[in-house]
Amino acid sequence: MTKTYPKASRPSLDNVSVSIEKGEFVFFIGPSGSGKSTIIKMLLHEVAPNKGRVVVNGKDVTSMRSWKRPHFRRSIGCVFQDFRLLPNRTAYENVAFALEVIGKTKAVARRVVPEVLELVGLGGKEHRYPHELSGGEQQRVAVARAFVNRPLILLADEPTGNLDPDTSIEIMRLLDRINRTGTTVVMVTHDSNIVNQMRRRVVEIESGRIVRDQARGVYG
Amino acid sequence: MRVKYVLSEVLVGLWRNVTMSIAMIITMAVSLTMLGASGLMYRQVDDMKDLYFKNIQVAIFLNQEVSEPQRTELKGKLESDPLVKEVIYVDKAQAYERFKTMYQDAPDLVNAVKPDQLPESFRITLNNPEEYRNIYDQYKETDGVDEIVDQSKLLDKIFNILTSIQNIALAAAIVMAIAALLLVANTIQVAAYSKRREVAVMKLVGASNWFIQAPFVLEAVVAGLIGSLLGLVALVAAKYLLFDGSLSALQGLLSPISWGDILFIFPLMAGVGGLVSAGTAWITLRFYLRV
Repeated sequence: MTKTYPKASRPSLDNVSVSIEKGEFVFFIGPSGSGKSTIIKMLLHEVAPNKGRVVVNGKDVTSMRSWKRPHFRRSIGCVFQDFRLLPNRTAYENVAFALEVIGKTKAVARRVVPEVLELVGLGGKEHRYPHELSGGEQQRVAVARAFVNRPLILLADEPTGNLDPDTSIEIMRLLDRINRTGTTVVMVTHDSNIVNQMRRRVVEIESGRIVRDQARGVYG
Repeated sequence: MRVKYVLSEVLVGLWRNVTMSIAMIITMAVSLTMLGASGLMYRQVDDMKDLYFKNIQVAIFLNQEVSEPQRTELKGKLESDPLVKEVIYVDKAQAYERFKTMYQDAPDLVNAVKPDQLPESFRITLNNPEEYRNIYDQYKETDGVDEIVDQSKLLDKIFNILTSIQNIALAAAIVMAIAALLLVANTIQVAAYSKRREVAVMKLVGASNWFIQAPFVLEAVVAGLIGSLLGLVALVAAKYLLFDGSLSALQGLLSPISWGDILFIFPLMAGVGGLVSAGTAWITLRFYLRV
């Protein structure tokens, strides 16, 4: 697929073709502006390619109507560098919010949320506000929120970008554990350490083209 | 639970930006009061037209030297005229009686006038009061006719005044409605901005569009409905203080506004207030949230 943003001199993604199997763990690496984030945006149906197709869960979402987007997004979890938590809600409420706004009852939230907070290692810290948690803990809340709806795919856009190396490793262990439950994990990162340690599939992008696709790759 | 969530969001939303909410509600209330007043006036003018035109008469005054055959001929003509519903002949004595009752407060004037100074006349009621001109053209040259006076001329002046008041109220309603509309748009933008984090998360996790928009749209609708309620209160106060109070002297002239009329106009105000706010909010959100 190809994506050219308006006013851009060259395509953000130029004739890129990637296939990710269910249950895989894939790193997208490459310098800033190489087009990694555009891939995430396309998977989220935030931008559409100019040429080519985006297929998620066997469904062609390239020309999906925007009113179908909300339902589509429920099958995808998202984690970002800046956590994107609601500052006036506790860890529990942040995760429960994601369930309640898609129509799940409070009873479901009461059953599921403590479970998933336990899974991400935040048992006992449910009622802390984001500012009372460390960066790593906040990212765990974000992962819990992304995972609470048991999505088929977890997209992580530089999830360790704001964390120190030790904390980053912990978050990676968590993502690895989530991957083992059968969830496909797609992670965009700059962090060479992490890529080298995990030894998972690495897709390197440079100037909108795939320059490397390695099954058990390292960074650079 | 979702209904409860949406409702609590609406209240929190109105309270969060309370000065703006008040401004929005006040402009809305003024606009809707004007709309209501203009609607009431419309019904009023219609009622009054019915009432007055039914009783309206054209008076054909005869000159002093009119002869018996002329009078009989004119009477016959009028009675067979398809435009005319009813003809009443008023002779000098009857005219004097009318004159006396009309000016009973001014005995000097009554004493100065003698019965045979007053002209005799035909008072005719028309089938359609607006065809006065035909009657005028037809009979003004007839022998023995001095002058033809149409009461509806005078009434037209009154109705013109009422209609222009009504138009002014309507224009004020529209101008205020534009102000209210802009305030709603602004309030919704501020609300959407202050909830941008929540909205971002909701979009991310796949909350449906209506669920994201509903609190904002309802916030505007609630403001619109409160505005229309205040407008109702204003109209009730206006009836109580103006029509039943200081303007009660005009009661004979203006047909009375009933409580029923005011209650009848309220659904119109509430409907316009609610729908206009909802529409504005929804359009604002389409531009602002892109959901």
